[in-house]
Amino acid sequence: MTVRVAHVLPDLLGSHGDRGNALVLVRRLNWRGIAAEQVTVHAADGHVPGNCDLYVLGGGEDIAQVAAVRVLNRSTQLLRTLRRGVPLLGISSGFQVLGESFVTGDGARHEGLGLVDASTTPGTQRVTGEVTADSTLPRVGTLTGFENHLGQTRIGAQEQPLGRVTSGIGNDEDTTDGVVHGHVVCSYLHGPLLARNPKLADLLLEWALGEPLEPIQEPPEIDQLRRERSCRPVRARK
Amino acid sequence: MAERGRDRTTRGQFGGADTERAHHREAAHAVPRPTPPSEPTTSTEVTQERERAPQRTWTLVPARRRTDVRSLLAVRIGRAAAMLSRVCGFGGGGTIGGRVALAVQPDLLRRLTTGRRVVLVTGTNGKTTTTQLTAEALRAAAPAVTNATGDNMPAGHIAALLQHRNAPFAALEVDELHLARVTEQVEPAVIVLLNLSPDQLDRVGEVRTVATSLRGALERSPRAHVIANRDDPNVVLAAALHPAVTWVSAGPQRRADTWICPQCGSILTNLDQEWHCSCGLHCPDADWVVTDAGVVGPDGVQRALELRLPGHINRVNATFALAVGTSLGASAEDVLQRVRGMQQASGRYAEVRLNGRDVRLLLAKNPASWVEMLDLIGEHTRPVLLLVNSRVADGQEVSWLWEVDFDFLAGREVWVGGERALDLAVRLRYAGVPCRVTETAWQALGRMPEEDIDVLANYTAFRDLLTSKEGA
Repeated sequence: MTVRVAHVLPDLLGSHGDRGNALVLVRRLNWRGIAAEQVTVHAADGHVPGNCDLYVLGGGEDIAQVAAVRVLNRSTQLLRTLRRGVPLLGISSGFQVLGESFVTGDGARHEGLGLVDASTTPGTQRVTGEVTADSTLPRVGTLTGFENHLGQTRIGAQEQPLGRVTSGIGNDEDTTDGVVHGHVVCSYLHGPLLARNPKLADLLLEWALGEPLEPIQEPPEIDQLRRERSCRPVRARK
Repeated sequence: MAERGRDRTTRGQFGGADTERAHHREAAHAVPRPTPPSEPTTSTEVTQERERAPQRTWTLVPARRRTDVRSLLAVRIGRAAAMLSRVCGFGGGGTIGGRVALAVQPDLLRRLTTGRRVVLVTGTNGKTTTTQLTAEALRAAAPAVTNATGDNMPAGHIAALLQHRNAPFAALEVDELHLARVTEQVEPAVIVLLNLSPDQLDRVGEVRTVATSLRGALERSPRAHVIANRDDPNVVLAAALHPAVTWVSAGPQRRADTWICPQCGSILTNLDQEWHCSCGLHCPDADWVVTDAGVVGPDGVQRALELRLPGHINRVNATFALAVGTSLGASAEDVLQRVRGMQQASGRYAEVRLNGRDVRLLLAKNPASWVEMLDLIGEHTRPVLLLVNSRVADGQEVSWLWEVDFDFLAGREVWVGGERALDLAVRLRYAGVPCRVTETAWQALGRMPEEDIDVLANYTAFRDLLTSKEGA
């Protein structure tokens, strides 16, 4: 069986390298000798199919978010698949569209998919920079990534954040980043998130496969990058 | 010029109808002649200009003019600061000179451009090369100054304008977010809009904001002739309402974001051909079309480009220069002869010897230009050195590395360096391309095979390599 990783709507939500998350998932299976392929779903396809094992949604402009919600709402098979516990990762705009609602730059409020209890409003200024957070998920440890967003997201009191921010902003001023609801995982972190945080990638894969993965020899540069990014200089040089 | 049967009203709105187009072309030639600041151009003069035959050669009217004491002082002090900076070894000194001069006379940009025919070049990618090509194209008609160092802020413009105060032409590269500010002071003869794609995501914000800002700048310059990329929906949004636009077809952009209509948010179809949106925004008819064989102009004549600069992207850049040159009175043949001779633009594409190796220098500042430069690298199998920094001028976010395809480098000798060498290494690992991480570019070159090497770098990494060899 080939594991199918769906890269959802990169033509709408695909300007921050989050497509890398899909590549990382496929490669980490390949490295273990497990057959896997990336399935790219474009807006022109009309809907997102339900026959994939893991779904990845990235960040983009807010005008594109509205179009993305339209396509996702039409994807009844996808929504049924997600209810079965197939994992979905949403980053930045991909996080916002999965929430209850979001407000775009023009002040208009839009309904999201309501898969997680989160609502987003535009902040006063764009938040950019490196983030580190302690993950609330087992065995994932420290999360590292780069945030770049105007939106401020409030997650419901019952919701579990993905991480407790130790450096950077994340969702809002409540020192949380993202949200975890069942197997739906959301975050503001680019990098891409799964390239920076291989343990989170493997956890999503274990959820998709329904069984533990063999450990692999991590390429050394991944850990070097994680260490470099979590003790980076405070300000960029000119 | 396809689809003649399209709705006239819509076509008219976007400058598509042929009769209007012809009128605009004439109007485009009616750029005010150089006049001293004491005699501002009046509408009567413009009308007289319009009645002239569009084809003519320029009589050289020196741009020298009486200048007020404050401006003279600003120029003198600016030059002194530039010289001091050079003598002290801080660099070329142009920018600091411009800054100092601006501090003395904030109105200097307007004063230095009055009476010149100014071409402002903006867009995300290809600004520097196109500006250089444009200056060269204009020199087919008369002397031209340009901000050759790629300093595209007002201080850089001042520095350029100070180089040759009598040059009738100025080709100025302008940062896309600064065009609106520059047009408050400068009345351009031509504005070139190349393309808009996400650039330095943490700094510039969203592309549509830039398109809207450019639209405002164009509204403030109703008498300018706009030369714009018709394949880029964001550029079309910025330029569509302007009364005089010449459209260049550069081939479709590969960026995914342009699949969304920047005007209404609908999904655009047919982006690789004649794209259109239900809100009315659509791909205007092309006046200049870049083809594999060369370029077809508004006269329907196909001309070979035969550039020394490599790649399709430079054929597009040269076509913009050709459109500018011919709109300002130069002949297409004269322009082509000059742009064909160009081998590099501010070090971009330069072939140099560094640490005992013959190196081709390629600059790529963002995903779109990395794709273009990697295309050039894909034309052969040389060893490659990739350098990425993430300083303020580069943009701090480097996740765009994952928007770019590196798989084709597998099997080649690849080295990575710069401040974000580890990001490159992780990216290449997942692309299945083994690479070696280097402390400095200089060291890597010394240890790479003794053959021709391609160095692809982003902005400050490229600048460092050009300026401080040992330390780069």
